[in-house]
This record gives sequence, C-alpha cells and structure tokens, in this order.
Amino acid sequence: MPDIDTIFLFGSNPTEAHPIVSLYLKKALRSGAKLIVGDPRKTWMARRADVWLNLKPGSNIAMMNGLVNVILQKGWENREFIEKRTEGFDELKEKVKEYDLDRVEKLTGVAKDRIVEAAHLYSHADKAMIVYGLGVTEHQTGTENAMAIANLALVCGHLGRPSTGIMALRGQNNVQGASDLGPLPATLPGYQSVTDPKLREKFEKAWGVKIKDKPGLKSVEMLDECRKGNFKGIFILGEDPAHTDPNINHVREALESVEFLAVQEIFHTETTRFAHVILPGASFAEKDGTFTNGERRVQRVRKAIEPLAGMAEWQVICSLSTRMGYTMNYNHPSEIMDEIASLVPIYGGISYSRIEEKGIQWPCPTKDHPGTTTLYSDLFSRPGGLAKFMALDHKGPGEVTDKQYPFTLVTGRIREHYNNGSMTRRTPGIMELIGEELLEISPEDAKKLKINNGEMVKVSSRRGEITVKAKVTDRSQPGNVFLTFHYQNALTNLLTSEHRDPITGTPEYKSCAVKIEK
Amino acid sequence: MSGEKLKITIDGIDILCEKGTTILNAARQAGVDIPTLCHDERLEPYGGCRLCIVQIKGVNRPLPACTTPVSSNMVVTTENEALTRMRKNVLELLLSNHPNDCMRCEQTGNCTLQDLAYRYGADGKIYEGEKWDLPIREDNPFITYEPNKCILCGRCVRICNEVVMAGTIDLVGRGFYAMPDTAFRKPRTLENCEFCGQCVSTCPTGALTDRKGRGKGRSYELKKVKTTCSYCGTGCNFYLNVKGDKVVKVTSAYDSPVSQGSLCIKGRYGYDFIHSPERIKTPLIRKGAEFVEATWDEALELIANKFKELIEKHGPDKVGGFSSSRCTNEENYLLAKWVRCAVGSNNVDNCARV
Repeated sequence: MPDIDTIFLFGSNPTEAHPIVSLYLKKALRSGAKLIVGDPRKTWMARRADVWLNLKPGSNIAMMNGLVNVILQKGWENREFIEKRTEGFDELKEKVKEYDLDRVEKLTGVAKDRIVEAAHLYSHADKAMIVYGLGVTEHQTGTENAMAIANLALVCGHLGRPSTGIMALRGQNNVQGASDLGPLPATLPGYQSVTDPKLREKFEKAWGVKIKDKPGLKSVEMLDECRKGNFKGIFILGEDPAHTDPNINHVREALESVEFLAVQEIFHTETTRFAHVILPGASFAEKDGTFTNGERRVQRVRKAIEPLAGMAEWQVICSLSTRMGYTMNYNHPSEIMDEIASLVPIYGGISYSRIEEKGIQWPCPTKDHPGTTTLYSDLFSRPGGLAKFMALDHKGPGEVTDKQYPFTLVTGRIREHYNNGSMTRRTPGIMELIGEELLEISPEDAKKLKINNGEMVKVSSRRGEITVKAKVTDRSQPGNVFLTFHYQNALTNLLTSEHRDPITGTPEYKSCAVKIEK
Repeated sequence: MSGEKLKITIDGIDILCEKGTTILNAARQAGVDIPTLCHDERLEPYGGCRLCIVQIKGVNRPLPACTTPVSSNMVVTTENEALTRMRKNVLELLLSNHPNDCMRCEQTGNCTLQDLAYRYGADGKIYEGEKWDLPIREDNPFITYEPNKCILCGRCVRICNEVVMAGTIDLVGRGFYAMPDTAFRKPRTLENCEFCGQCVSTCPTGALTDRKGRGKGRSYELKKVKTTCSYCGTGCNFYLNVKGDKVVKVTSAYDSPVSQGSLCIKGRYGYDFIHSPERIKTPLIRKGAEFVEATWDEALELIANKFKELIEKHGPDKVGGFSSSRCTNEENYLLAKWVRCAVGSNNVDNCARV
C-alpha cells in the first residue's frame, strides 16, 4: 500500500473505526499521496483531504455517477481497460449522462468544482485505491452503492494491480470469517449454495445428514416470524440484536414473542434480558481458534487463560448437539479447522500448523498454496472473466427529512468504544476518558436551536427517543447530526429506521430523520 | 528499493541484500545483532543514539549502521575494541543522568538501556553531574511518564508524529532541560492524545510504561500468548501477558504482518472486560422474572430438550440460530453445522449484514 499515489476514501472514517488501517493511509499521505474523501462528516481525513466531497447522506450513487460522467465527458477514462476487461459500458455511458454537474450538485450538495477536481485526481492517478466502509453499505441502496464505486474504478482501470483496487473495510473482527463459514441461510460453509445438489451431497456425506435444499430465513426474517408467532426457538451465539439492530422496539417485540430463547454471552446485554436460558461465553483470551480479517487473512486466536465459566463455545455447541442426538466430538479447535479445510475449497490449505507463525490469506486451496494477496489480477470472478458495468439510479435514503423531523441522523463508531460497548464500557480508563453518548451537532444548527455545548437534548424519530448530551462541533455539517451506539443508557437504535438493502438485508444505519429539542 | 542485489560482508559473513537497505537491516537479516537505542522499524532512520556505529573498511571513522545504506562489496565490522569502548562511553553518559533504580523500575527485564549497560559493563557513576529530578506523571488512565528515565532517543515523539500523526508530544524545552512532553505540558486527555500507547510500545527505557500493568509482574514472570485482536476487522496481533490466571497487560507483536507492533486504544488498553466482575460465570435459567444459577448439565439438558420438543411439535423450520462476527471461525462453522444437522433447517444467519 505505501506506493499508492491517490487514495479515494469513501464512507469510511478509519482513524476512528480502523486505527491501524489508517496508519497505512497516513504513511501514504506522508509520502505525498493525494487524498479524496467522500463523507458527510468532516473527519480527520476529510480535514486533510485534497478534495472533500461533503455529500448528503444517501446520495452515494448520484455522487459516483456524477464522477463517472465527468470522466467520460472529458475523455479521462481508461479505454484499453474498458475494452479488454469489461462489458456493459454503453449502458453505463447512457445512464450517467443523466447525471450532469448541475443535477449532481443538487442531489449531493457537493460544489461542482470539487466534483470535477476529484474526477481529475482519481482518473489521472497511476496507482489509485478506493477504500470504503460502512458509509457505503449501511444504506438501503448499499449493494448498488458498492456497484457504483466499482463502476468508477473500472472506468479508470484502477484494478487488479498492486496498490490499486477497491478495499472494503470490514467492521468486526471476524465478520469475514463468520460469512465464510456458513452461518448463512442460503449457503453452506465456503459460500457453497444449499440449492446445488452436488455441493449439498458433499456436505451430506461428510456430516451424515440430509440437508434441506431450500434456503432458510435470514435473522431479520426469523425475527419477523417471531413477531407473527410463527417462529418458536432461537439460539443466539454472542450477538446483541436488541442493542445493535435498528428500530429496537421491533426487535424487543420479536424476542418477547419467541417461545424459547437461549443466548450465550460474556455479559448481560439488552438481548439476554429476553432469554430463557443464558450460557456464559468465553472471551477471546479463553479459547483457541481463528479469526479472518478484512483482507481474508486467517489468523490464530490463542487461549491465554482457562474459560472463566469452565467451557468455551465450541465445547458448548458440541455438547448441545450431542444431547440433541447429533454427536459432535472434537478434542481441539484445530480438528474443526481440519474438517473445514476438507469441505471448504477456499480454506482447503489452511491448518493450525501452517498459520502458527503468520496467517494465510484465502483463497488457499491446497496445503502447498501460499495464499492469495491480490484478487482479480487477470480475470474477474464472473462467467467469461469480464467485469460488468451496472447502470444505476439515485434513490436516496429510505426516510427523508421533513418539517417534523428536519435532521438527518448518521450513526457510527468512535475510536475509544466498540459497538454495543459491552467490552469497552467495562474498561474503567476508557469510561474515564469518554463515558457517555454525545450528539455531534454543527455550530450553525446549535445556534439556531439555542443549544450550548454540553447541554442535554432530546433526540427523537418516528420510532423512539433518547436524551443525550450535545457536542457542538464542525465535524457535523448543518442538517446532519451524529450519534454512536456504544451505550446502554442511550440506545441510539431506538431511533434508527428499518429500511434495508433488499439484497443483503443490511439496515440503513447511516441515515434516518430525527428532531432535536431542548 | 530497486530490487537490485548487492554483496556485502558483515563480521566475516557474506550477505546478499537489496540496494537501499541500511547496514543495520542487512545485519539483522544475517542474524548479527548491532545495538541501538533510537531505532524502531516503524520509524524513519534517525541516527541519534550513536550506539549502532560500525567500522567500514576504507572509511576512517565509524558510521551509524541505521542511517548508512549498503554499497557493493562493503566490508563491515560491528564490534571491535574501539567500537566497544565508544559504546560503553555513550551508555555511561546516558546513565550519568538516569535514576539507575533498576531494582524497583517497572521496566526491569524488558529495558534496552539496562540490557546494553549489562552487555557493555557501563558504570552509572563514571560521570557525575546534574540529574533530572522530576516527579512521576500519572495524569491519565493509561500512560505513566517518568521523565527522569528518558534518554531523549526521540522514539516516542517520532512515532506520535510520523506514524500516528497525532502530534500529542514533542521535545519541549532546550539543552539539558529538553524532554518529550505535551504542548504546554498539559495532562493527556482526548483533546490532545489518542491513547494508542504507541509511545509506550517504542520506549527503550522505563520512561513510558503502561500504567495498568505497573506492579503486576516482571516481564520475565509473564506468560506471553500471541493472539489476534477481537475488536475491529483489521486483524492486529499482540501478546496477552498472563500472570497466574490473570491477563495483566497487552504488549506489541512487532512481527505481525498486519500491525507490525502498532495498536490502538482498544487493542492495547481495552482488555479489562476479560476479568470484569460483571462477567456471566455460570449458566442461568429463567424462573419467572428472575434468573437462577444452574450447572452446565442442567442448562444444556434444558436447552436440548426444549429444542427437541419444539422441533417435534412445529418442525425444524420453526427453529434457528444466530451466529456472530465476534466468534471464531470454528464456532461459526459449528453453529452452522448444528442448525443443519441437529436442528435440521437452514435457519442460520450471522450479524455480518447488520
């Protein structure tokens, strides 16, 4: 990454949410890399950007279409790359014509000259990388937002070479691994579809059971069914939907309705309140295992102390399964990884002995494969190996501001805390430094509402309300306010909306309409 | 780095190294240990402490290995009588303004200055003169600063400005009174510091230490277990330092492919939750509005029976499981397998989408 010459950071605040990734970006900046930042908030990176695209929340597609349009109008595209490695260019070209500078300025709120400057910088770079975060995916158009970014990278041919491409910063320690290994309703471990008879057969043989050929329900669908009284039993392993899902009141209803709920957790959370049985979890210090990071690197987690409650999760699942009549028997998590390697081709070459010193990046199909650092250097993972442009339309956020709820609420993390805060709030030093929720509001809006820094305010949406302290800061632009979701005494997700990306089911945490009162 | 290879000789060992490499790095690759105090791989070469001086054939004065690039057919000697004498002298000058209170210093056993004084037999009493006599600073929850132990190598200042770009500390004051400090010597708060502890991780003496780990065990008493951070998706590695059955400190893993020893406030200092008194320590079963403590056997038997009953009554499609991005790969795999094999449905999902 150090030899990047242009960074386009979009919907990501790595100095807070991914501090160590930000060190790489800072190193590139210090060696002279140019920086474009697309973010409604004036983040650390936005302050240092060559161009800050201060777009309105939910206007990502318009922003990207506008940039592509400028590049095509000016002839700054990479013709050779488009011809050799992509398809669907003409459709894209027609679509983005609708996004001239006047319209894009209106939709995004970004000044025209900034858009042109950003298009110039990115398209003229030699090695340009787009780094994006949850500001892209946590919208009802999340998938399309990501596609719109891909359009931009493809138009300029900034893909498939070292220090180029698109890097998505994953939110949680093992969000990659959790998706890789099959707790998904439509795929078996390793993204192998349950509807494919051959793949199903492979697992049926190994596991000795018949596997249903229809995809199951997503977590949100299970909760929906619970509310209707149609779903009877859930086992929740280390998750806190009653804190971190949007529109918590809805989740509470679902968890109240389910006949039997078992939760395994290290602390009492909003979710354990609804459990019929709570099992103690083991922290990462108390068990062996692996996490897969955002660059697909499978790395060891090692037991430093014995599980405080006597059992680690893998032992608990084995015991529960055996008691239910399906025997699971492993002496050590390394044996589970060996089974994974035998069934999941992308993990085929992974074993504890190979990752003892350093982790390996998947795809790693065989025991002598070194792992894979750069994807798509030659072919893209589509039939024919060509990348396809997607002609996309601006839709905007699911809930728009109006007279009654005039502010757009953006939610996210701060550096010192993590998600539901159950771990960081139990670090006294961190609580001493920052122990309560703060609503970031712009000086202009604060003045209008006569709110002083540090004053308590009521924030409400159509779904709920919370009371928090105001922090007047120019990190928020007029019209936008920001909250984290780290505190149990101010549940931000009482406010957030249930608009979701229809493809991934990801909720629109980055935009909902609220009002603020003293 | 051009990728061009050069041949050099260090202490009689022939080494092929890349053009542009420093003598120090070439020596380290060959397993030759050249002492330094001001060098950290995460930082630009500095050449401040003069401990890494080496003799190069054909050059009439010693040169610092950390800032001198290799050249073709260079012949380097890293230790001889003159170099040893010079190193000992540098160390004795540093010790002349040092408390030399190793027996009660937090860093004993993990202190580069102490190790080098031992290696070169440096005496703290050779040069007598004025000494700093400043109080210990514990003005924040995480970082303890003992200015008297600072040797002005500048590593903390450089990592804060070069790597983190936080600008929390810089050298303040002049001459004998210059030392790393915050602007206006203000206490560290979130206004001026990120509390990443990078300064602590690079300090070669006991000047900067992790406050929470102080007095909890000498470095050599602690079991160090290398692991992967459980917060964000970056995948930094570090060592959990364990004494008895307690995690007492987190220290950097400098060979980590992702983080190279760097960590943030959560990774380095966010470990107290492990031993929080609020941890759930036994299975709990709901009795009305209350939770009652139970054994593993009772709780697991109840869950198994309840799920079996629900599956029998309503079919497997009415039962499911949520897994989590917080859990290990093996646990996620097992939960997916449990739902498919023990329950018999495909109702399994994780929180990656939320």
